[in-house]
Amino acid sequence: MRSTVVALLAKELTLEWRTRESVPAMVLFSIATYVVFHFGLDRDRVVGDLASGVLWVTLLFAAILGINRLFVAEYEQGGFDGFLLAPVDRTALLVAKALTLFVFLCIVELVAVPAFALLLLGPPLTQALPGLVLVLLLANAGIAVLGTLVAGLAIQTRARDLIVPLIALPLLVPVLLAAARCATPLLADGGAGALPGNWLAILAIYDLLFALIAFAVFDFLLED
Amino acid sequence: MLTIAFALVFFYAPNDADQGFIFKIFYVHVPMAIVALVGFVAGGVFGALHLRSREAKWDMRSYVTIHISVILAVGVLVTGSIWARASWGHWFVWDEPMLVSFLIVFLLYATYWPLRFSIEDKEKQSRYASVFAIVAGAFVPLNFAAVRMAESFTHPQTATTTTSAPASVTLTFLVALAGMTLLFVTLCKYEMASKHATFRLRALRRRLAGSDDELALTGRSAAPQL
Repeated sequence: MRSTVVALLAKELTLEWRTRESVPAMVLFSIATYVVFHFGLDRDRVVGDLASGVLWVTLLFAAILGINRLFVAEYEQGGFDGFLLAPVDRTALLVAKALTLFVFLCIVELVAVPAFALLLLGPPLTQALPGLVLVLLLANAGIAVLGTLVAGLAIQTRARDLIVPLIALPLLVPVLLAAARCATPLLADGGAGALPGNWLAILAIYDLLFALIAFAVFDFLLED
Repeated sequence: MLTIAFALVFFYAPNDADQGFIFKIFYVHVPMAIVALVGFVAGGVFGALHLRSREAKWDMRSYVTIHISVILAVGVLVTGSIWARASWGHWFVWDEPMLVSFLIVFLLYATYWPLRFSIEDKEKQSRYASVFAIVAGAFVPLNFAAVRMAESFTHPQTATTTTSAPASVTLTFLVALAGMTLLFVTLCKYEMASKHATFRLRALRRRLAGSDDELALTGRSAAPQL
């Protein structure tokens, strides 16, 4: 299974590198959203819980863009049939796609978070960075797992781009909640506070539970 | 059975005139909420059974359970708003974990129908809907746990208040809960019987019309076929 996952992951990343479809769009969308927030909130700098909220909402909507495009190549070019014909474990597709989305989100955040610090964030980012990286990684894992599940669910529907946000956003609310609560003390004015351990634990447990559920359920989405 | 359910549901009305009239909505609101949530989780269980056995009847049960739970959820949100307006002065309050959790769960299940409607192949539709039912059914308790941790507790906690309430209130509440459960089961059976009848009618129509395109006669629908 591991070699299958590695092969699929390599394919995804090569495809993305050559076509440059999802990631640049997600990055540009994040930056555009910061501008929208600047005008919408009518503020030059945000701190604390407002900063946390702006950051997470932006990342969440950028992730929705990525989720929309996740299985499209497979669907349009018969990739599902090809994969089903191969003598490999079907959940390898789930793992590979989730890892792909995770990598995409990490790349997007590499640009989007410094952009946030430049454009909107009040306090300097350097003190908050280690804790923020941990929260980002955990939240990315949650978004990746849930996003892959929802993308798999929505790929066969006719109104794919409409269904994905409708289903993904309620499912991602606990991730958003926990991540925002974790990031709020980090982005507080006057120096970063401590990372709230209980919210980190909730985020981790939610990720784990949905990873298990996705593992159990994903096979059924791939059948013909 | 329907009459028994309604008799039980209305039985509570004469009891407890001493809490102030608006409190009586508690006997409708809370059982509806509990039954709706249990219905959602049951919908998930039926979805899992459908995936395991591939029999259409489990998908039908999953669909009907979720359908009626969503209707009850609308009732919960409406009665909750009325109660909130009467006792707190606002129609909806954001820092209440119960309200927010319930709203999120309701929004999630409201997407069940667009999802079903947009997949045309019936077997695929049932399968995908079952997967959705399982994921959403697992999500319900997690969501409540997560949101509850986030906010303060001014929404009355049912479990703690029933143990400290006088016996008449507890009894009435349990009766209301039993009544609401029976109502839910009855509505489920009603809907399933109605769907059976509709499909029997359509099958007859198809046979009369010869070998025409099935979709042209019945149109697309979100309901599972039998």
